[in-house]
Amino acid sequence: MTEGKNKGIVEKIWELLASVKFAIIIFSIISLTSIVGTILEQGAERSRNINVLTRLFGDTLAPTLYDIFEKLGFMDMYHSWWFVTLLFLFSINIVICSVDRLPRIWKIIREPIQPLTEEHLGRSPIKKELIVKGKPDEVKIMVTSAIKKIGFHVAEFKEDKGYQFFAQKGRFSRFGVYITHLSILLILIGALIGIFFGFKGFLPIPEGSSASIVLLNTGHLTNMEELEKERILNALDASSGNISNVSQQLGVDESSLQAKMHRYGIQPLSFSIRCNDFNVDFYEGSDMPKDFKSWLTVIDNGREVIKKTIEVNNPLTYKGITFYQSSYGMVPNAQGIFVLRITPQSGISETKQLHLNDTFTIPGTRIAGTIIDFSPALSFDRQGRPFTYAEMMNNPAVLIDFKEDGKEKYSGWILKRYQTTWKLPEGHIVEFIDLWGTQYTGLQVRKDPGVWIVYFGCIAISIGLYTAFFMSHRKLWVRIVQDKNNTNIMVGAMTNKNRSGFERKIDTMISLLKKRQEGGR
Amino acid sequence: MDSSSLFGISTITYILAMIIYITYLAFRKPMIGIAATTVTIVGFVAQTAAILMRWSETYAQWIAFTPESTFIISVIRSAPLKNLYESLIFFVWCLILGYLIIEFKYKNRSFGAFVTPVAGVVLAFINLSGITKEIEPLMPALQSNWLLVHVMMSFIAYAAFSLSFSTGLMYLIVKTEERREASYLFWTVTLGIFITFMIFMGIDFLAFKVIVKPEAFIKSYMFKGSLINPSAAVRILSWVSMIVIIFIIWRYGSLMKTVIEKFNISAETLDEITYKSIAIGFPIFTLGGLIFGAIWANQAWGTYWSWDPKETWSLITWFVYAFYLHSRMIRGWRGKKAAIVAVVGFAAVMFTYLGVNLLLSGLHSYGELR
Repeated sequence: MTEGKNKGIVEKIWELLASVKFAIIIFSIISLTSIVGTILEQGAERSRNINVLTRLFGDTLAPTLYDIFEKLGFMDMYHSWWFVTLLFLFSINIVICSVDRLPRIWKIIREPIQPLTEEHLGRSPIKKELIVKGKPDEVKIMVTSAIKKIGFHVAEFKEDKGYQFFAQKGRFSRFGVYITHLSILLILIGALIGIFFGFKGFLPIPEGSSASIVLLNTGHLTNMEELEKERILNALDASSGNISNVSQQLGVDESSLQAKMHRYGIQPLSFSIRCNDFNVDFYEGSDMPKDFKSWLTVIDNGREVIKKTIEVNNPLTYKGITFYQSSYGMVPNAQGIFVLRITPQSGISETKQLHLNDTFTIPGTRIAGTIIDFSPALSFDRQGRPFTYAEMMNNPAVLIDFKEDGKEKYSGWILKRYQTTWKLPEGHIVEFIDLWGTQYTGLQVRKDPGVWIVYFGCIAISIGLYTAFFMSHRKLWVRIVQDKNNTNIMVGAMTNKNRSGFERKIDTMISLLKKRQEGGR
Repeated sequence: MDSSSLFGISTITYILAMIIYITYLAFRKPMIGIAATTVTIVGFVAQTAAILMRWSETYAQWIAFTPESTFIISVIRSAPLKNLYESLIFFVWCLILGYLIIEFKYKNRSFGAFVTPVAGVVLAFINLSGITKEIEPLMPALQSNWLLVHVMMSFIAYAAFSLSFSTGLMYLIVKTEERREASYLFWTVTLGIFITFMIFMGIDFLAFKVIVKPEAFIKSYMFKGSLINPSAAVRILSWVSMIVIIFIIWRYGSLMKTVIEKFNISAETLDEITYKSIAIGFPIFTLGGLIFGAIWANQAWGTYWSWDPKETWSLITWFVYAFYLHSRMIRGWRGKKAAIVAVVGFAAVMFTYLGVNLLLSGLHSYGELR
């Protein structure tokens, strides 16, 4: 008695989880809650979302609403327990509805097509009839070839007064829906693998330096925690990444150090990566970057293993970890090296590396130049006075003072991006190639072992959707029966999708038969 | 002749086609119908030529800036699908193409009176609003082969969805009988909001026409002339006029029904077109919009999914259309309820396409300014 009742409940839950209604309820809840997540900025500082709420609901309500939303997890909602639960229910729904329906579909697919009785044929969803001259045996070949023309390979069945031909096509298209559903599951599994076995972080490397510790995104840290994080990072730097050294130095055991590093998002790599150079190209005459590139070297066990130039949309992968060019910036208080190429009027170019206030001579002359000033982004105002308009290296320029035999000759700005400024009055060329060592390259670092499962799921979902929407399971019966000296042709057909398309196919077949009939006699 | 004058010609041609289609509805003479179709095709050809011409103009600019890139890369990089202006034009192109296919397949011209105005209005909006038409250099993140295929497929899907929106709405108009019915309320209110928003955006445009930077104007002044005006009187007036417009449509909605019934399109055909457009749009959107977008994001930023508002809204759109496709399988949902979902789906499309850029980013960047 109790067992029967229990089974009833289990069955009811099963039915609910397998139902289309449950699916669309989940769709609706996921969509509606996601909307909130697009309005409230995710993982942002309190003040930003207070601002958003103030704009929407006014000053008085905003703080209260913020607290309510925060308690409900809306400030990082896509990782909150209830959103993950929704995704889990979504997966459960996909699994159960597939398990629930597959046996039935499998039966339909496996079922061989049988000849129909006249009565059944008459009840087909699509039916057509026509009469042609000649007895069934005479028109048989004509009929089968017409059926073949629309792409069906028929089986033949001999009846009392004629024949019946029947065939089906696209049985396996019925799997399309299930392929689609299961590939969604695959994508979710791939995403889970990425979350549990991968990481995502940021790695800024100044030109000429190397780094081997990636900083991952963490939640909010208190001041104390920030300080401790800083201490661990410094210790790691000092002992070049040796964990046991660091644990000794800080007086904590290795496992709790590991836990702390995990908490603070400190992810050491098993190799280091060096930025040899970084450069931004701009579109001519504007400050819009055309391209930015980093020349990177991977150093593993003291050996240089890979050298690659990366740019946006073209990352570097080593040992399953990928480095993406994502940003750049200036290193504060860095003393860079100016790279100048000097070509005397009659002579061979010479490249020089100089510091600020260094002096160089133009080969073959007595002219000496001194770098006396630098601007990362030089522009001139209306009176022609130079000024720096940005902190980034948008338009780097050096001010060089030239002297001949110690006597003042001329001085002027040489701009990296403007060729006309490179030429000196006597025809010598001083080209400002780079200021090296003042910029850092910002790399996005990602390890995601699940991405291939996600991609596989994407391929599968494409196949599934194509099969589900553009292919159909079609069944066709054609019965030819003798009617005195003529033959009565009856066509019955059914399909699970795109009925009008199939009907057009059948009409083609019938008009083919009519045409043959007229042409033949 | 350059691309923008050709775009001008196609705009005028579509507006002309609209007039002829409406005349055709009134008089039902076959000759007028043929004329309408011919004019539409002329407009379509002109627009196709204009798009190709803009492509070649962009190509010329691209190789001037980047002489080192190969021919194929240059062609792909210069596809005219990079900003609001170009994407709206491509959207209209897909819409007209979709309409022409439906016209030939269903042998029914009446629907043209609905589609050509949309095309004409969108193109005229582009011209009037002063959305930047400059061919801009391509920023590094957009220099990917995925740009072309991702944007192109997304817009083909958007065009298919907008066809399903108009047929879905027409289906609702034809199928509802009483003013108290929920689905009648739904379509009158939806249409009312749609029309009011159009009017308010027109007011925004007129009020802030003087401002030089059009992109900035749209973002920070959206609905400032009406719904969120600093003056309370204007705000109240705007809300009241919205309610009045909705009421008028609700009161006289049956007139629209009589008009559409004249179209000679059965409700079943409307339902079929709605379904078929979604059945075509949904797989294209999944592949081109979501999957290719994810692959591209993974290449550029190292995450195929980061729950940013644009991604989330495409997912919401995807769920709404998944809802539509599944709802047709439930007894009692076929028909009016499914059509409502199709209409809601298009609202999600509009928000994914325009709302995220104009409203959400505005919401967030405004917070930044403070």
